[in-house]
Amino acid sequence: MKILVGYKRVVDYNVRIQVKPDGTGVVTDGVKLSANPFDDIALEEALRLREKGVAEEVIVVGIGPADLTAHLRNGLAMGANRAIHVVAAEAVQPLTAARILLKLVEKEQPGLVIVGKQAIDDDANQTGQMLAALWDRPQATFASKVEIADGIAKVTREVDAGLEVIEAELPAVITTDLRLNEPRFIKLPDIMKAKAKPIDTIELATLNVESNNHLQTTHYAAPPKRSKGIMVKDAAELVAALKQKGLL
Amino acid sequence: MSKILVIAEHLNGKLNPSTARAISAALAVKPETIDVLVLADNTDAIAAEAAKINGVSTVLTIARTENAHPLAAVLAPQIAKAAIGYSHVFAPSTTFGKDVAPRVAALLGVAQVSDVMSVESSHTFKRPIYAGNAIITVEADTNHTVVATIRTASWPAATNGAGNAPVQALSLDVALPSHTRFVELQQGKSDRPDLQSAGKVVSGGRGVGSKENFEIIYKFADKIGAAVGASRAAVDAGYVPNELQVGQTGKIIAPELYMAIGISGAIQHLTGIKDAGTIVAINKDAEAPIFEIADIGLVGDLFKLIPELEQALT
Ligand SMILES: Cc1cc2nc3c(=O)[nH]c(=O)nc-3n(C[C@H](O)[C@H](O)[C@H](O)COP(=O)(O)OP(=O)(O)OC[C@H]3O[C@@H](n4cnc5c(N)ncnc54)[C@H](O)[C@@H]3O)c2cc1C
Ligand SMILES: Nc1ncnc2c1ncn2[C@@H]1O[C@H](COP(=O)(O)O)[C@@H](O)[C@H]1O
Repeated sequence: MKILVGYKRVVDYNVRIQVKPDGTGVVTDGVKLSANPFDDIALEEALRLREKGVAEEVIVVGIGPADLTAHLRNGLAMGANRAIHVVAAEAVQPLTAARILLKLVEKEQPGLVIVGKQAIDDDANQTGQMLAALWDRPQATFASKVEIADGIAKVTREVDAGLEVIEAELPAVITTDLRLNEPRFIKLPDIMKAKAKPIDTIELATLNVESNNHLQTTHYAAPPKRSKGIMVKDAAELVAALKQKGLL
Repeated sequence: MSKILVIAEHLNGKLNPSTARAISAALAVKPETIDVLVLADNTDAIAAEAAKINGVSTVLTIARTENAHPLAAVLAPQIAKAAIGYSHVFAPSTTFGKDVAPRVAALLGVAQVSDVMSVESSHTFKRPIYAGNAIITVEADTNHTVVATIRTASWPAATNGAGNAPVQALSLDVALPSHTRFVELQQGKSDRPDLQSAGKVVSGGRGVGSKENFEIIYKFADKIGAAVGASRAAVDAGYVPNELQVGQTGKIIAPELYMAIGISGAIQHLTGIKDAGTIVAINKDAEAPIFEIADIGLVGDLFKLIPELEQALT
């Protein structure tokens, strides 16, 4: 079985995001970019399934500009067998990303697609679910545990009420939550090895994906700031302050 | 004119308060109608609750055994069919809504607006990106159905009272898949107030140190009638179950009082409490970032301060 992994490059989660003063976007020039943390988890899970013998091949997919190659090399260094780079100059919205992934699914026929539950730039939390819908296959979102046997994925999902367990017949789409695993670190020799691994480059235009411009972002703003409050010196003063506000 | 279909969230035969919050957002669109769709095996009690909410025009029900558990693959084709004729489909941005709404949007071939925090006009919304570090204004195409999830912390629950909407059973001819099956829900049993709707929340972080020590947090929360929350570090370390996590990847909440105890204040945690009324921070490190946003800060050891707080309360 093949596993396809969504591997998006985003602004690193440690970067303090600045909104451009003219409201046209956020500052990304010179800012550190990294793999979406949920996608590292997706890749780690795929690699573990390969190590267990459940899968033979792990393919990382990145949709993005021409310079995405270095990022995909990281995925290969982590252990993916090969990469697919869908070259798109502009950022794609989740529905378009899902349609692109569907084209790749049709071509590669994976038994499993693992993507992050959300990309930490757009925080959309949509692509995996949309792919599952278009593919007409099961989805198991917010996974914190995955067991695969006899063509069925038993997935524990982190939901608001607690932990939900579902069974999904393969092929299926899984989206990762943070506690699914801890991604491995890339070792230097692996970076060397990754140089020899193949990256398939596909121009977005050649995939004949229906474009979708239903949403236009017209303005970016910084969130309203919470102003710095007061410091109290002891427990009694804190209780008094809260009582005064009518909170206790 | 807009016609809005709101997808009801429920558990164990009870309507989840997130539904009334999604209805608030629907009201902000000033639509002609707001219908609520209840999908369950037995819809009666849930529909009766939804019918009481002010602003609801009609409660639509689809009672099928397949709808006993909220499996997105099973619910989405029914919702997509029911959505025909509506200009908007809203669901709460809870794990339920986040799971099912994009599947509906894809079946309808439309984009989704996630985490709507304000409605500017019928097709213009504000939503957070980058863990709430930027707020964007998005315009949806007026020629397509708008599918959106509603950031519950940004909206008060629509009031419950005078409403007496008619309840109408829908019978749709939709084939449902059997490729996805519910196995079980391991639900934390608790008599404490619900984290997502509580007026007061006491949260503990890594500073609490252990599962045993977390009893101090529970005890203090009980004393002031608060729900209990936690940072991701506390959940990862196994001090508390996952459903207590507050933040970007946990619950986004807006209590009147939020007390962060032994929590440093990482941006991913702060995302979850931006809309809280009053934030109190207790931390032994005077430099902890949580103090930059706290309304009231107290520097000190939590193991010393919590007993003192309890003392001061009596
Ligand atoms: C993609 C992503 C998503 C994330 N999502 C979330 C999320 O949803 N929610 C979340 O919370 N985090 C999230 N995180 C993690 C986040 O970055 C922080 O690691 C986490 O919030 C830290 O938790 P903490 O404050 O409890 O621990 P720490 O940062 O370790 O802070 C512990 C604090 O306790 C204080 N302390 C220690 N002992 C005492 C004592 N005796 N008395 C008083 N104070 C004491 C210390 O001074 C310190 O400030 C996410 C991270 C990533 C990368
Ligand atoms: N441009 C992209 N390239 C690769 N994977 C993507 C891309 N966009 C979305 N994904 C995948 O879909 C997941 C959810 O993204 P989103 O729906 O945008 O929050 C991500 O964690 C990725 O795994």
